[in-house]
Amino acid sequence: FQDYHGFPEFRQAIATFMSKARGRRVTFDPNRVVMSGGATGANELVMFCLADPGDAFLIPSPYYPAFYRDLGWRTGVQIVPVDCDSSNNFKITKEAVEAAYEKAKNNNINVKGLIITNPSNPLGTTLDKDTLESLVTFINQKNIHLVCDEIYAATVFSSPKYTCITEVMQDMDCNPNLIHIVYSLSKDMGFPGLRVGIVYSYNDDLVNISRKMSSFGLVSSQTQYMLASMLSDEDFVEKFLATSSKRLAKRHGVFTKGLEEVGISCLKSNAGLFCWMDLRRLLKDQTFDGEMVLWRVIVNEVKLNVSPGSSFKCVEPGWFRVCFANMDDDTVEVALKRIRALVGQGKKAQEQAQVKSTKKRWQSNLRLSFSSSTRRFEQEGVSVMSPHMMSPHSPMPHSPFVQATT
Amino acid sequence: MGFTLSNQQQLLSKIATGNGHGENSPYFDGWKAYDSDPFHPTKNPNGVIQMGLAENEMCFDLIQEWVLTNPEASICTAAGVNEFKDIAIFQDYHGLPEFRNAVANFMGKVRGNRVTFDADRIVMSGGATGAHETIAFCLADPGDAFLVPVPYYPGFDRDLGWRTGVQLIPVACDSSNNFKVTRAALEAAYEKAQKANIRVKGLLITNPSNPLGTVIDRDTLRSLVTFINEKKIHLVCDEIYAATVFSQPSFTSIAEIIEENIECNRNLIHIVYSLSKDMGFPGFRVGIVYSYNDDVVNCARKMSSFGLVSTQTQHLIASMLSDNEFVERFIAQSAERLKARHMRFTMELAQVRTSCLNGNGGLFVWMDLRRLLKEQTFEAEMVLWQTIIHEVKLNVSPGSSFHCPEPGWFRVCFANMDDKTMEIALTRIRNFMAQYKEPIAPRKNNRYWQSNLRLSFQSRRMDDVMMPPCMMSPHSPIPQSPLVRAT
Repeated sequence: FQDYHGFPEFRQAIATFMSKARGRRVTFDPNRVVMSGGATGANELVMFCLADPGDAFLIPSPYYPAFYRDLGWRTGVQIVPVDCDSSNNFKITKEAVEAAYEKAKNNNINVKGLIITNPSNPLGTTLDKDTLESLVTFINQKNIHLVCDEIYAATVFSSPKYTCITEVMQDMDCNPNLIHIVYSLSKDMGFPGLRVGIVYSYNDDLVNISRKMSSFGLVSSQTQYMLASMLSDEDFVEKFLATSSKRLAKRHGVFTKGLEEVGISCLKSNAGLFCWMDLRRLLKDQTFDGEMVLWRVIVNEVKLNVSPGSSFKCVEPGWFRVCFANMDDDTVEVALKRIRALVGQGKKAQEQAQVKSTKKRWQSNLRLSFSSSTRRFEQEGVSVMSPHMMSPHSPMPHSPFVQATT
Repeated sequence: MGFTLSNQQQLLSKIATGNGHGENSPYFDGWKAYDSDPFHPTKNPNGVIQMGLAENEMCFDLIQEWVLTNPEASICTAAGVNEFKDIAIFQDYHGLPEFRNAVANFMGKVRGNRVTFDADRIVMSGGATGAHETIAFCLADPGDAFLVPVPYYPGFDRDLGWRTGVQLIPVACDSSNNFKVTRAALEAAYEKAQKANIRVKGLLITNPSNPLGTVIDRDTLRSLVTFINEKKIHLVCDEIYAATVFSQPSFTSIAEIIEENIECNRNLIHIVYSLSKDMGFPGFRVGIVYSYNDDVVNCARKMSSFGLVSTQTQHLIASMLSDNEFVERFIAQSAERLKARHMRFTMELAQVRTSCLNGNGGLFVWMDLRRLLKEQTFEAEMVLWQTIIHEVKLNVSPGSSFHCPEPGWFRVCFANMDDKTMEIALTRIRNFMAQYKEPIAPRKNNRYWQSNLRLSFQSRRMDDVMMPPCMMSPHSPIPQSPLVRAT
């Protein structure tokens, strides 16, 4: 079976699951479900369909680093960041979006749309209804697209409650031809290996053409078959979503509390598989170089692989994304212990850190541990490639892009 | 909100609104006829029999038996569920090592162990469809071209050119020498491209050939290698039908040629493979890019993120294809059954004075119906084709959709049905041939010539799309391309 429509049961199961993940406040039409090679493939596919090479999409920062590859590598599409900062908890403001749009226009860049990730990676926050409404208004005014990456939809574990774009659309005057959703089972179900990417569009032409394009990255029929069965088991799905949410809430609580005990705060968040940790007060200099110094200490000495904010194009140095859902409880304890030690050592650790030139190539044997309980970089050697140099073009044997997400 | 159609069209990209997908064509009548009236032995015995889909359904009993006796290969059984988590979270674009090893092992066995393949050169892709696109992205910039001998698989235009901006330039082949690729034809195509200021980046061959069902002999392969080395262009060998060779002459893989004492820059040699034809697993989307060029391996591997093989499938395949006893038995049985099917089919056709190109591989025959054409034109070919679809009720593929320069050839697939259906198809052909001793005249009633270009969305993926013989409309020149040049 290789029909690019996919098994009808699979599409139906996905549509039902998407609805359940949104508390059944909205429903989805199986005929709009289009497959792709993971969310990676979905994002690229949408770009190929919506933008010509040289066109641009606005993206609020901080954003998922691999967007650079997914949205722009083979498509020729540019990313224009919309700067957000901690002064208002990194909320997306209409002013910031307008400013980014105008700046692009003035530089003769053709903006084709805006991409938002909701819930946000790396912030772990959900967009409030007002913000969503203002974004929908904005894109309608400019007649540009709105692509909503809702890959973390079912990872919402506490209030404020999640508002998805479909809910907003229903209550507003809006051109549905501009609204598109990217989805996947990689985060909500924990199935990144199964490569289940979904493009869901309210634009019929886009559904048709993206379906033809999906030939380049269909979901294995073996996987479609299994998921059709699993996700149409209503009892299982409801139990899964509820349990997942509870466990994420608990893990998040343990983690953030542990950090608070040593005076580290995180952005207040209610979703995602990570915290957005504020380590600004540990920076020697409030610069991105300072952030890199601290990051190398954390990786080399504290032996935790966390992601520095600069890799997410965050405009403020000192923020780090820390994932907590990919390990067991014991490992969480170990991680927290190490963080406590880091804070305790503080300045001492920074002074002792050996910093080599950031231009040095990745020499060490970087082994990714894929054991069931942990996923950490273990590396020998002193030189560390800073993350902004880890572009898709670096011929590195093992880079963060080895995994489909960071 | 009153958005006009032109507004709507401007909303999408040029790639999205163009014809690069290759499906917008009146040739879809064949698919529509099948979809609206599909054959079923009991429910619809007079329906259209699908003979336009090159799929291999000959050995599913063997597969099923293996799956039953190897429950640990599935993550959905009690025997295999312990691996579920590790498999489901594994997303490394290198793929499971055991998967790569098993595929390398299988590829070697399919070539009679005459060559071995390095598991570290195995790169995944979204089916062969994705593999071809990835190769094109890695080797060529928008506007660049690949030479492709005709007739060729219609999907190449989409796979190699739709989103990449790469062009395909046909290399003329015809029945005067059984459609063999000649040096002269290659040179001619190359020169023509040069004169038109088109940069040729490589040559794409399919061996065994679709639609011809023949293998390329050693001498020809050597001459192709010599040619591409001289011109310093790439050679991409689609060996997707490698295990479907069922009789002499035996299959020679490009991997064997470069192991010989031949002067060849290995950085120019790349193989595209898949399990879709040899194993009959098109649904599993197991595409493989195998390159002798390290840079291409690295780049293609990064690009494979856009179309990795589901780890659930990798796990199953790893298990299945490392069962050496099973693999050997499967390859042998598959070849035997294909041979039997092919022989039955061609013998019956010969009984009604219908010849096919002498083929020894593939899942189809290249049928010669030139004598039935009123005129040796493509219009006449279309008339004949309409008759075959609507009166004989067989969906076959006209040669023009494969860019064949001679009218009157048809590709007829025989491996996607059981024996009973096959016999019914043969009966229909026999009856048809008995009726029509004269060439086929155009029908007065033009009702079949519906130019309703809207696709029936029950239709299959474009494995077999009929496309007009003219080139697809060229893509807009794309200014920049962050492509790795692998020369």
